[in-house]
Amino acid sequence: MIDWTHFTPWSSLAGGIVIGTAVAMLALLNGRIAGVAGIIGGVLRPAAGDMAWRLAFIFGLLVAPAAYRLFAAPAAPTIEASYPVLLLAGLLVGAGTRYGSGCTSGHGVCGLSRLSPRSLAATITFMLAGFVTVYAVRHLLV
Amino acid sequence: MNAVSAFAVGLLFGTGLIISGMTDPSKIIGFLDIAGAWDPSLAFVMGGAVLAGFIAFRFARKRTVSFLGGAMYLPTARHIDRPLILGGLAFGVGWGLAGYCPGPAVVSLGAGQDKAVVFLVAMIAGMALYEAADRHFHARRRRRVPRELSDVAGDA
Repeated sequence: MIDWTHFTPWSSLAGGIVIGTAVAMLALLNGRIAGVAGIIGGVLRPAAGDMAWRLAFIFGLLVAPAAYRLFAAPAAPTIEASYPVLLLAGLLVGAGTRYGSGCTSGHGVCGLSRLSPRSLAATITFMLAGFVTVYAVRHLLV
Repeated sequence: MNAVSAFAVGLLFGTGLIISGMTDPSKIIGFLDIAGAWDPSLAFVMGGAVLAGFIAFRFARKRTVSFLGGAMYLPTARHIDRPLILGGLAFGVGWGLAGYCPGPAVVSLGAGQDKAVVFLVAMIAGMALYEAADRHFHARRRRRVPRELSDVAGDA
């Protein structure tokens, strides 16, 4: 059943269009895929002339909350995961996104926008793994 | 100029993540919890983003230089292989456990979330582990898949 108290169709759609506009700008202006895991991963594999745009993009992400606060009060997030779970999750996300060449932005948004079968396969895979994981944590373990 | 536009893009991307609600891990887990009280918001974020992205890539794929005059680094890989699937599985499990993927985690660090700090330190360690393993097995992998196919610009 649908969780109507938390479902935010309009702000999520609007935010999605803003994300898609950012993706469009990076593709057209910089000729790059806005895949966050790939952009961070490239910093860990330094190449001459390839660092400035990556660091600038990451810096943009970091200052987004401060910029947002100039216009509206951000909603407080709820983070249920404990510190040990966050450590395990971070390791899996870091290694997995690099091994699988992309995350929710690189494969999910950019790949699906490009109609890439490879990114569609990746997106289905991580979505299914996410569904199974949350099912196990929420409905089997407790 | 590339760095200036990348900064603007990062700022816009991060703002979009905040507006969409995706910087809140409980909304991610709410989407992944199809057997519980299901929050479909994430599908609307993807829908909006893919709509805008689809139009942009139709133009981008025809170009040989970017609007800023640089090269186009768009992926050409099409093969579905074991790293893609195994990597996706590992990522999906981590995503479901924490409710964070890389973009929202970085934005949450900017918002001063201490739990995002822990997640990101582990995430970067995971990426570094991959880099070390990749260097170790690099020669063997290259014989199977040409490098330019397996790792176009390092993304997707």
